[in-house]
Amino acid sequence: MSAKVLIADDEQNILISLEFLMKREGYQVSVAHDGQEAIDAVAKDKPNLMLLDAMMPKKTGFEVCQEIRSNPDNADIIILMLTAKGRDTDMAKGLALGADAYMVKPFSTKELAQKVRELLGAAG
Amino acid sequence: MISSSLVIAVSFLYLLVLFAVAWFGDKRAAEGRSIIASPWVYALSMAVYCTAWTYFGSVGRAANTGLWFLPIYLGPMLAMILAWIVLRKMIRIAKTYRITSIADFIASRYGKSRSLASLVTLITIVGILPYIALQLKAISSGYAMLTTPLGEPRQEIGLWLGDSTLYIALALAGFTIIFGTRHLDSTERHEGMVAAIAFESIVKLVAFLAVGLFVVYGVFNGMGDLFAQALANDQLKPLLMLGQGTQEFAYPQWFALIILAMLSVIFLPRQFQVMVVENVDERHLKRASWVFPLYLLLINIFVLPIALGGLLFFGQGAADPDYFVLSLPLAHGYEWLALFVFVGGLSAATGMVIVEAIAVSTMVCNDLVMPFLLRTERFGSRASGDLTGLLLMIRRVAILGILLLGYLYFRVAGEAYALVSIGLISFAAVAQFAPAMLGGMYWKVGNRQGALAGLLLGFALWIYTLLLPSLVKSGWLDAGLVTDGLLGLAWLKPEQLFGLQGLDNLTHALFWSLFANISAYVLVSLWTRPEAREASQALLFVDVFERTASTHPVFWQGRAKLSDLRNLTERFLGVDKAERLFTEYARRLGLAQTKDIPANAQLVQYVETQLAGAIGTGSARMMVASVVEEEQLDLDDVMRILEEASQLRAYSKALEEKSLSLEKATSELRAANEQLKSLDKLKDDFMSSVTHELRTPLTSIRAFTEMMLDDDEMDLEQRRQFLEIVVGEAERLGRLVNQVLDMAKIEAGHAEWHNSDVDIQSVVKQAINSISGMYLENGLSLNLHGEHEEIAPIRADPDRLMQVMLNLLSNAAKFVPHPGGIVDVYITDTTEGVTVGVQDNGKGIASNEQEQVFEKFRQAGEFSDRPQGTGLGLPISRQIVEHFGGRMWLESELGAGARFSFFLPRLKDAQQLERTEEESA
Repeated sequence: MSAKVLIADDEQNILISLEFLMKREGYQVSVAHDGQEAIDAVAKDKPNLMLLDAMMPKKTGFEVCQEIRSNPDNADIIILMLTAKGRDTDMAKGLALGADAYMVKPFSTKELAQKVRELLGAAG
Repeated sequence: MISSSLVIAVSFLYLLVLFAVAWFGDKRAAEGRSIIASPWVYALSMAVYCTAWTYFGSVGRAANTGLWFLPIYLGPMLAMILAWIVLRKMIRIAKTYRITSIADFIASRYGKSRSLASLVTLITIVGILPYIALQLKAISSGYAMLTTPLGEPRQEIGLWLGDSTLYIALALAGFTIIFGTRHLDSTERHEGMVAAIAFESIVKLVAFLAVGLFVVYGVFNGMGDLFAQALANDQLKPLLMLGQGTQEFAYPQWFALIILAMLSVIFLPRQFQVMVVENVDERHLKRASWVFPLYLLLINIFVLPIALGGLLFFGQGAADPDYFVLSLPLAHGYEWLALFVFVGGLSAATGMVIVEAIAVSTMVCNDLVMPFLLRTERFGSRASGDLTGLLLMIRRVAILGILLLGYLYFRVAGEAYALVSIGLISFAAVAQFAPAMLGGMYWKVGNRQGALAGLLLGFALWIYTLLLPSLVKSGWLDAGLVTDGLLGLAWLKPEQLFGLQGLDNLTHALFWSLFANISAYVLVSLWTRPEAREASQALLFVDVFERTASTHPVFWQGRAKLSDLRNLTERFLGVDKAERLFTEYARRLGLAQTKDIPANAQLVQYVETQLAGAIGTGSARMMVASVVEEEQLDLDDVMRILEEASQLRAYSKALEEKSLSLEKATSELRAANEQLKSLDKLKDDFMSSVTHELRTPLTSIRAFTEMMLDDDEMDLEQRRQFLEIVVGEAERLGRLVNQVLDMAKIEAGHAEWHNSDVDIQSVVKQAINSISGMYLENGLSLNLHGEHEEIAPIRADPDRLMQVMLNLLSNAAKFVPHPGGIVDVYITDTTEGVTVGVQDNGKGIASNEQEQVFEKFRQAGEFSDRPQGTGLGLPISRQIVEHFGGRMWLESELGAGARFSFFLPRLKDAQQLERTEEESA
């Protein structure tokens, strides 16, 4: 059974590209367009890994991260945060709130795929 | 009757208690934990005003004249209303210039005149002796009343050495010497004494209230019963009325008494001592100004009831009303109460005698004896040796002398007069100081000659119209003097001077003496020119509140030596005290050693002020003058020094202003810095947003191109779709870069504006034409409403307005439904300007998001289907409209579409136009 990946981003084009990339890697992919959708998606069908954009409407990636981590059942979800703001404080904030890894946009698709494999491998 | 040994024992016991209180007060003062530094103690010490005269005499006066005892207390109550103004100024002056007595005050004000000081001292002694005699008489009579069996005539006063009154006088002198002259202090403050006086004030009040309560509720059945009985008695009824039965109410006398008492409460030597010299803190006056009147009220409540009670009980003329407070309890067998009341009377008398003797002894020493002694070779300026011991000795002798003289007066004149009359004679004497004192504090023109003339005339008339008649009535002078006038001339009759009739002797004397006093003071002051020294003192006194220590002008010029001044200080204040004063002075100047003190005018003034506290201003002036080389000041010098001082004051004021403006500048700088910081943060946020907006399309571009590069087998359709996205994102990137640059230019004021007279309507039409193709493609409709024949032109940049219109129209196209979207454009023209509105039929924008749409990188609405945009279009449009003096706004409701409008004014103001032109240049 392949791993389930949830992609949350408000940019339609990025969503398309990530979905394509993750599917090509062989994961089961679902998408969310904003923070609230992401939380609902997690509640409905818990993914193994999340690609979470930091800046989203309704709920930011940070808030989503915090909310998911506040539920002990979700402790094993791997969260990989993506941000277009490259500031150190943002990264520190994401990691402090419980993200497992962090990537800055624009990212290399190869590196992202590699990172996802690593994270899932370590967990599996 | 009470055994005399018991009375004497209790009296001495009481004095011992007093002694203990005073000792405690001094001890605490030495430890620096003053017990008198309290407004309550200050107010109670003021009650030294209530002497044996109040204690015994008021009842006597009430028994004879009804309400006429009251003015003596109404006056002080009124005076205390003015306390904050007059007394505070007196205190400030006295503290600033180390003034320790009334004589010193007057002398200092009028050029440190020794002759004036001596005159005031003489007047005080002569004027106050009857008052001291009165206290002795009260104690002596009270003692006789207690020790004589009821109903028997009082014992004859014994011969001189057999007279117990003499021993009372000696005992009081001893007590006063111990507490008044223990050490020499340049401020002349006596904490222990003040504590004892405050204690006495409590004792006498409690004792008097006790006997009052006894008479009203013990002898009679309360106030109602007492007054009802008095009203029923035809002889007593007039006492309860102001008009004294048939006679008309004597207004002049009533008000004369009030004024007399007002002046006395301020100018009596003992009042000056406790209120001014012994004052610890000016602010204590505030509480004292109601506590002291309250005290007076309390001690007067039972005066009339006791008087009426005595008259009702004993019958008129049967007993001396002055001593009802003792005879009533005695007659009812309450001997302990009588003894307590006697102690209260004792405290009233001793309090007065002690303070008065100290105050007068200071005057005698500083203003009478010292000037004389210092002129002799033995003690003069060239002599050496510590004089502090001598100073104390003089004061001790003076105290003894004053009490013995008081005793003498008591023996000579005491029997002839009721207590109250004696007291009023003293009051009238000290009232003579009022013109010179008050004038000196508020009238710069008043001078030494005027004060001398006024005091001499007033005092002479006081002697002639009040003192002489009192001696006549005592049988020491020929009665013809009063009945026929001096040398038999009727117009010289002492109690009807110049034929003035219809006034009682006191009002008469007060009128003539004060009239002559004030007239002489004012006229002579106006007539003569003051010396420089006087003029300078006048300024220092009258303007005491306007100067602070640092800007005080110092009216002295000449040369001085530090060692001479130091030696002088040591002679009069002792080596230790001098060391302390000089160390303190050096510390104030920031100097490490006293030998570094510059011997300048300030030091001379400092030493003189310190000496003035110990030996009086006149003597201090003389002593200082003898050890320094002075240059005579003339009026021009005074004016020059004053000028310098006021320049100094102006300078310090300017400095103050400068430091204020510096402070202001600092806070402005701080605010500017804060603003810069927040601007910096805004810029930081802007950069961060721009970065975010740039990275987002880059992310897509990179991701898609990488994936296509990696995957050669990707089918063509997929590849094509991805490439379209890449192209779209690249375009978005380009737009973004352009708009960021545009925005930055407008904000920085570097944008180019090509202004001309613009026909708005044609700009709108052009915009509609150029975008209508896109609308058609998407199945949207676009209509223009409110077309005008012609619209007056507006000064603006047509390309920029086109940019705004295109932005609004393309925004609207994005938010309306596809297909079926409708966008309406409205143009409204008024004389003020033109309004253009763009109405869409989209979802609308919630009110809480409406203002956000104008912020950079903020887009409203559902983000999931957010149309491609940079988030800078609206902010740029608004900036453009505002640049032309207009405004842009949004009206919308959720679900009812949105309407973006802008208004462009026709700028009539030439200046505004110019500004716009300039900016565009």
